[in-house]
Amino acid sequence: MSCTQTIMDYGLRSLGYGERLLPRTDFTLCQQFTLIGSGLIWNIYFGALALIAGFFLATALALGKGARPAWIRKPSEWFIFVFRGSPLFIQFFFAYFLFLSLKGVSPIFDPFSSAWLGALVVLFFNTAAYSAEIFHGALKSIPRGDVEAADAYGMSGWPRFRRIIWPTMLRLAWPGYTNEAIFLFHATTLVFFSGFPAQQQKGDALYYASYFADKTFNPFVPYPILAFYFVLLTLAITGIFGLINRRLNRHLPPEQRRKIRLRPNLIR
Amino acid sequence: MNKLILTTAALALTASMGMAQTVRMGTEGAYPPYNFLNDKGEVDGFERELGDELCKRAELTCEWVTTDWDGIIPNLVSGNYDTIIAGMSITAERDEVIDFTQNYIPPASSAYVGASADIDVATAVISAQAATIQAGHVAESGATLLEFATPEETVASVRNGEADAVFADKDYLVPIVEESGGALMFVGEDVQLGGGVGMGLRESDTELRDKFDAAIQSMKDDGTLNTLITKWFGEGAATF
Amino acid sequence: MFSFCTDPDTLSDLAWMACYLTTGKHLNFYYAFGTVLVLLAITAPTALAFGFAGASAARSRVLPLSLLGKGYIAIVRGVPDIAFFLFFVIALDQGLEYLKHQWVCPDWDQPIRQGNDFLVCQAAKVPLGTSPQWVHKTYSFFVAVFTFAIVFGAFAANVLYGAMRAVPRAQLETAEAYGMTHRQTFWRITVPQMWVYALPGLSNLWMVLIKSTPLLFLLGVEDIVYWARELGGTKTPRFTDYPHGDWRMWYFLVLLVFYLAFTRVSEVVLDRVMARLTLGQATTGGDAQRKAKA
Repeated sequence: MSCTQTIMDYGLRSLGYGERLLPRTDFTLCQQFTLIGSGLIWNIYFGALALIAGFFLATALALGKGARPAWIRKPSEWFIFVFRGSPLFIQFFFAYFLFLSLKGVSPIFDPFSSAWLGALVVLFFNTAAYSAEIFHGALKSIPRGDVEAADAYGMSGWPRFRRIIWPTMLRLAWPGYTNEAIFLFHATTLVFFSGFPAQQQKGDALYYASYFADKTFNPFVPYPILAFYFVLLTLAITGIFGLINRRLNRHLPPEQRRKIRLRPNLIR
Repeated sequence: MNKLILTTAALALTASMGMAQTVRMGTEGAYPPYNFLNDKGEVDGFERELGDELCKRAELTCEWVTTDWDGIIPNLVSGNYDTIIAGMSITAERDEVIDFTQNYIPPASSAYVGASADIDVATAVISAQAATIQAGHVAESGATLLEFATPEETVASVRNGEADAVFADKDYLVPIVEESGGALMFVGEDVQLGGGVGMGLRESDTELRDKFDAAIQSMKDDGTLNTLITKWFGEGAATF
Repeated sequence: MFSFCTDPDTLSDLAWMACYLTTGKHLNFYYAFGTVLVLLAITAPTALAFGFAGASAARSRVLPLSLLGKGYIAIVRGVPDIAFFLFFVIALDQGLEYLKHQWVCPDWDQPIRQGNDFLVCQAAKVPLGTSPQWVHKTYSFFVAVFTFAIVFGAFAANVLYGAMRAVPRAQLETAEAYGMTHRQTFWRITVPQMWVYALPGLSNLWMVLIKSTPLLFLLGVEDIVYWARELGGTKTPRFTDYPHGDWRMWYFLVLLVFYLAFTRVSEVVLDRVMARLTLGQATTGGDAQRKAKA
């Protein structure tokens, strides 16, 4: 079987398209590359959606944590503390239990016990908590002069936040946030490994890598392939975040851009 | 100092060539009654008793090691332990990579267990432990396969309704069905998979394999193996 | 454990619980908490050392060394730790045994790789096949420490690399003006000052490290999550004196509390250190401190 044929058969296997049965004998490198790559779709799906949705929740939580009234501050603090303070592994376990018991309450919760939604929710909360902590740190490090300048222009409330505080916060938080994004994509490999069941052998990159490791009894091929894909993914994330970083700092002279990037609090 | 190192090295050499070779037995420790951890935290079960008896007959000193099911074969071939004795079915694929002794449990049935009797196992949602021959079988059968990392979770998924039935070794399921008080029951037909359960060894370890082979044969001949099977798996279990 | 535990079926709830919680298996579980703490205590400085070496290498003016440092940081940071753990330990183990094999059995004439098998002479086994169980356990413990240190060393290297570059240029210029050599500037000016800049990043890393300990079982160390799963699973009366249903929920709750408490303690300590560093800085954080005092 040619490699193109393999890609046709298994390229979208992780989504349930193509060949129904996974290869079981005569494993080729091409099959391993194709299937593990196919599984990577799930990692990107989980990572990207959780990151985008988590960004907004994180901003709200960071502001909440910095807020004066205790009824806003306390819940935000606790949310961040619980999700940052416990291993993702345990969060998956409890979420799965919770979603299963919620199923009895209402059929609305049915899809939550599947990985595509249930795990996404957990990852979303998890990354929101981590990012919120980074954003909160950045909010505290906003140069006093910036806020004073906004006050001098007569800005307050929403315009001040929207035009001064929020952009500065992002600029300051960006390097740390890039790292959080990388960690999040890595964490997506835990979904099928120890959280949610894999249905019809539709799994993520690690699921297929361990499938091959199990069938060929040789961990030295599939896991390095997985590692290769993830190094590429990490490079892509760093690249995209670098572009955004440049856009965030586009108004600064070049040498100052570099200085901002190396601001102390922000390296994770 | 140099001399000291030399002596220890020499000691190590003689020790490893001596009679009392230590054989490390790799098992999972999570698959009763084959192997599990008892209240003291030690490996226990059918295979513990069998393994100890085999080692006695083969005049070997044995030590038990628990390991994750996923890495059980790679760790064997890389030499972290010397045998796998973990309810592992003899299959053609596995036999290409490692060697098996003759089986110490006859080709056993795998069975479906569900929460109600009217489940059609060809179309239902079936849970199985990932990377087992049962998981492979369900994938081929056309039923919807749900894979979990541990056997415990596969049964739990039937109890909580995630799966309609679980597909696993019948010997593993029998005590669970018996203790469930009628909540769980066997459904569908039993399926014969694999060539029985045997001990796995490195292909290059022919000497050790022959020793264990002979020991298993002697236990088969004098009937102790059958007694052991009946003790752990009940009266109805298949014997030699 | 207790003398009245001989027949658990007859015990009252409280006594049953007391006996249940002191079975050998539970003692292993409690012992695993110690293992995790000791592992963290050893791993953290080791990882820091790896990170320091990596960062210094990446900064080096010798091109191969700098490429090596940068490559280490980029590759290890790029790979999910779990994938790394799944094959690296076996590779490390085989590498060690191969080296030892070359040294202790020079006249071994058989190939080391026979098909799938990895074969070295008996004397080259690490640890020796004849060693008692505790040697094997200790060995896998230190392999785990080493593996963790490599992974987290890469992240630490990234943090320290940034911190070294964050030391104000003027400081280095002053050192040069005093006639210090490159080496002297590095050890006397850059290294003492960089910790201030590295602390937030390193403390974050410490938090991540705490939470990656459930992966220990992949490295052959029986950690708390392994025991919680094992103890919590349904137990039928045939295989235990203490049958119970699916109690994993409760065991995981204990773990949750443990991790949260541990995080909290770390946070308090690190916050104190951080507060000292923020003191007097012209940031909103520093402002808040001043206002609170006034």
